[in-house]
Amino acid sequence: MANKILVFIEQRNGKIKKSSLEAIKAASDMAQKLSGSVEAISIGNEIENLENVGGFGAGKVIHFKNADLENYSPSAYADIIAKYSSENSIDIFFFAASSMGKDLAPRVAVKTDSGLAMDCISLNCEANNVVATRPIYAGKALIDVKLASPKKVFALRPNVFNSGAPTDKKAEVSTVNVGTPNLSVKVIDIKKSEGKIDVAEADIIVSGGRGMKGPEHFKLVEDLAEVLGAASGASRAVVDAGWRPHSEQVGQTGKTVSPSLYVALGISGAIQHLAGMRSSKYIVAINKDKDAPIFQVADYGIAGDVFEVVPAMIEEIKKIKS
Amino acid sequence: MKIAVCVSHVPDTAAKINIGSDGKTLDPNGVTFIVNPYDEFAVEEALKTKEKIGGETVAISLGTDANKETLRKVLAMGIDNAVLLKDNNYRDSISVAKALAEEIKAQNAELVFFGKQSVDFDNSVVGQLTAEFLGYNCISVVVSFSLEGNKITCEREIEGGKEIVETTLPALITAQKGLNEPRYASLKGIMAAKKKEIIEKQPTAANNSVEIISMKKPAPKQAGKILGTDATAVPELVRLLRQEAKVI
Repeated sequence: MANKILVFIEQRNGKIKKSSLEAIKAASDMAQKLSGSVEAISIGNEIENLENVGGFGAGKVIHFKNADLENYSPSAYADIIAKYSSENSIDIFFFAASSMGKDLAPRVAVKTDSGLAMDCISLNCEANNVVATRPIYAGKALIDVKLASPKKVFALRPNVFNSGAPTDKKAEVSTVNVGTPNLSVKVIDIKKSEGKIDVAEADIIVSGGRGMKGPEHFKLVEDLAEVLGAASGASRAVVDAGWRPHSEQVGQTGKTVSPSLYVALGISGAIQHLAGMRSSKYIVAINKDKDAPIFQVADYGIAGDVFEVVPAMIEEIKKIKS
Repeated sequence: MKIAVCVSHVPDTAAKINIGSDGKTLDPNGVTFIVNPYDEFAVEEALKTKEKIGGETVAISLGTDANKETLRKVLAMGIDNAVLLKDNNYRDSISVAKALAEEIKAQNAELVFFGKQSVDFDNSVVGQLTAEFLGYNCISVVVSFSLEGNKITCEREIEGGKEIVETTLPALITAQKGLNEPRYASLKGIMAAKKKEIIEKQPTAANNSVEIISMKKPAPKQAGKILGTDATAVPELVRLLRQEAKVI
């Protein structure tokens, strides 16, 4: 089998997402093991620096261009990828399991008659087949899966695979102008949350729980997040109480995250919360109750009052950063 | 118009997960099962839509007899009819979606609601897959939904914001938390649900491509150091984050 791997490059505002570079690097590592090749496909209008994906291992990029494709259109994007793959005998598809990737990968799987493994956190090769590890029950368990279908789709959890530093290699970019895309489902506008980093993409997250005692005290969570350049998150209890928006919720019915640093303020550590953040590289917990379950997963903890400890942390971090 | 809502029966989010003796499946002992939390938003939106434009609602669930508990709960919330696609065997997402699509087609439902993901296998794909098999338009991870005539406008949650998405019927929508406040079943609803028949059907046999090789628990995390009980521990904490963890 030729093992031709196609990686979908996600762009927002003409900029390539970091998670797509991670997917290209992972595809390139997999291609070596499978004696295959890697190419990339991008869809949008103008996209900056497409040739640079060569540095992560994609030899060529096909860019499908149309002003109406600048924003995501599930129908158009899926059609373009499926058509390209059938004309070019693609065997394996890689996506980032971002909000766009999670929406698009299953559509491409059906259109290309491929098996599908979502949200992979590790990929290995056994007897010329890919074995993917993926979390289930929000990370309370892991499964290893193999796809028996000839064609396969893998979506990789963002922030888990390391894209590494790029080499100087440039990809050969060819542009195809798209005539009339299938816009039966179409994004007409994007509302951005003002100036905030999303917990799903953040490298550092500062989350607050019921121990913050009220919505008015989340200023403290946000202030610590600001000095750390972090996103602010929340536990389910405070989201359900209406103190914080659902988009900030970390845990089994919120977002599963794996930042480099997760700081839990006044969060006791319910099992559904731990499931959503336990794969963070470093965890810090500040909680009055020294027996709170959060301390069982925390690398560093202070069993003290958040209202006393957090202002001191803000001051200390400001000091070392200045 | 017929409105379908697909529901799954999943372990409670508060449940501890243990692996069965085959090393490939969940050990269900001591695990409470609930209506998949995201599906409650889907049910609520189906009910609200019916209240607005009329029609009939049907809930569809694929699984074992145990799923009847979840179907009874959504009947109690106000769903008109329920269908159990009975299958005791493992199915991957694509096989689940194929079976659901067949039933939705048989029901002739033009509008379909799903939860955005089941909190068991967390694939977040069965809605989109089902829509593809049906040839329906699909918008996933929806936090606001409006239907005017044939036209649908939704807000879809993405990283750091929302997409405003337009499409037309027939359509399939997957619900994210925040879409609505699911209603509680009334006593009258619970009594009525007990009397309703759950129609059992045999779905087409699965043709799985995903083979589960093994299921395991993640390596336990070592509990770390409690550095103190007040602000005096802060300089040491910040030093460790900077020098040992190198994360700030």
